[in-house]
Amino acid sequence: MGMTMTQKILATAAGLEKVEAGQLIEAKLSLVLGNDITSPVAIKEMDKMKTEGVFDKDKIALVPDHFVPNKDIKSAEHCKCVREFAKKHDITNYFEVGQMGIEHALLPEKGLTVPGDVIIGADSHTCTYGALGAFSTGVGSTDMAAGMATGQAWFKVPGAIKFNLVGKPAEHISGKDVILHIIGMIGVDGALYKSMEFVGEGIANLSMDDRFTIANMAIEAGGKNGIFPVDDKTKAYLEEHAPGKAYKVFEADADAVYDEEYTIDLSTLESTVSFPHLPENTHTISEINAMDDIKIDQVVIGSCTNGRIDDLRGAAAILKGRHVAEGMRLIVIPATQAIYLQAMEEGLLKIFIEAGGIVSTPTCGPCLGGYMGILAEGERCVSTTNRNFVGRMGHITSEIYLASPAVAAASAIAGKIAGVDAI
Amino acid sequence: MENAKGTVFKYGDNVDTDVIIPARYLNSSDPAELATHCMEDIDDQFVGKVQKGDIIVATKNFGCGSSREHAPIAIKASGVSCVIAETFARIFYRNAINIGLPIMECPEAAAGIDAGDIVEVDFDNGMIYDRTKGTEYKGQAFPPFMQKIIASQGLVNYINENK
Repeated sequence: MGMTMTQKILATAAGLEKVEAGQLIEAKLSLVLGNDITSPVAIKEMDKMKTEGVFDKDKIALVPDHFVPNKDIKSAEHCKCVREFAKKHDITNYFEVGQMGIEHALLPEKGLTVPGDVIIGADSHTCTYGALGAFSTGVGSTDMAAGMATGQAWFKVPGAIKFNLVGKPAEHISGKDVILHIIGMIGVDGALYKSMEFVGEGIANLSMDDRFTIANMAIEAGGKNGIFPVDDKTKAYLEEHAPGKAYKVFEADADAVYDEEYTIDLSTLESTVSFPHLPENTHTISEINAMDDIKIDQVVIGSCTNGRIDDLRGAAAILKGRHVAEGMRLIVIPATQAIYLQAMEEGLLKIFIEAGGIVSTPTCGPCLGGYMGILAEGERCVSTTNRNFVGRMGHITSEIYLASPAVAAASAIAGKIAGVDAI
Repeated sequence: MENAKGTVFKYGDNVDTDVIIPARYLNSSDPAELATHCMEDIDDQFVGKVQKGDIIVATKNFGCGSSREHAPIAIKASGVSCVIAETFARIFYRNAINIGLPIMECPEAAAGIDAGDIVEVDFDNGMIYDRTKGTEYKGQAFPPFMQKIIASQGLVNYINENK
């Protein structure tokens, strides 16, 4: 009986020849990540440990990104706590305002996540790095503390679901539509405790940014991680972002065991939107067009899910030469400083501003109802973020509709949920 | 380990960590302060009603969403002695064990127990007793490795003891 790609990475990190689903292992970590919300709790836990310091100052990444630039005094205190910890332990990869970005866009961009890595992060969207053929998963602050101290973590080896992607997506259909379609199909606990293994010739038709978006939302199906094979596009990305860094490519065994298998023809996918209050409540744009208009107050384009350059280009292509609907609040958040700069050089920011939008410094802000776009009672938002839970972005009666950057841009222009064809 | 016993607060599927502790309160990491907002966006009566020892029962995928450890911390600091669910989201499951909040997976108990019931949980044998209805259920025991972490009152102590 063979192993999946995830199982092979975990076996190697645990120093074992073979692992199987359900087995408890202790694995060596390539990187431990935390942000300004989760790190202060981890730092407090680490203080209780009888430890000399961190296991490796080069293998810890601290990225204040949630409530940064500091949204209030308490958040400022949290950031100060992280900053002082980073200084005390001489952490190589601490990113201050000016260098920081949204963690899951920033770390791959900085070349800190490569194929074959085992990465834990005290943030649920740590699963993003599976796009590069790494095993990466979200944990809590105590696991982060233990990881920083020991360089190890315990895992239950996950079973797997195989998603065989075939075909080529139509224009304006992006990774977001792929993953929302999958979550709609299997549900928010459809991959509970399991790895989501993406395979198939259709992957070659997905950009790296598409793959980051897909792996990023594995958690919204309950998955432990999402993972892609390493191909030419991955290698080209690594050459650009992690030149000279050694990495190991793993491939699933031909006789690996999967609990379930699905085939998804990318050419048949439509723009897909998740309605309140669960990511699994998906509707295609054709279904939405047949409904009464759903008027909206705000559009957010950004986040660790969809704040990368491809996402901004996709939105700008729709917004170019157009203007948002009267009263619409369009908030665009490039995920990192490099993306911000690139968007500026490509003229994308000009397009957003001329269309009546605003452009913010990198922050997770509105996605989790922190700041920079909180919703009032009864307001509706189309957002390229990842969760539409009750109260996630503000008042508990407000509503979030999750969509791709293209649909978000089209909706901002139309003042209601709209597909690209409606513009 | 001492039995848990208390009145049940009952919730449905997919109780996410955003409703357990909304992010607008995550500028604090103080357990007592977090507890004053626990379950606020799903049940605004919870904080006023919860007593030490009370038990949360929910159906599937409890604790889905964000990895915020503040969620099990807020529940524990509210005085809740155990969370019983049909299934838990995996990060919440890990976090609960790591901070020493007892949890138990038991689909039958999740279906059979109602809000307001008095329930007792025996962690040594995994039994769940609904004292109001006079029914009992066998919960799933933790694997030995996790039992060791729980017996040490969480991962930090476990690591300290095993150095």
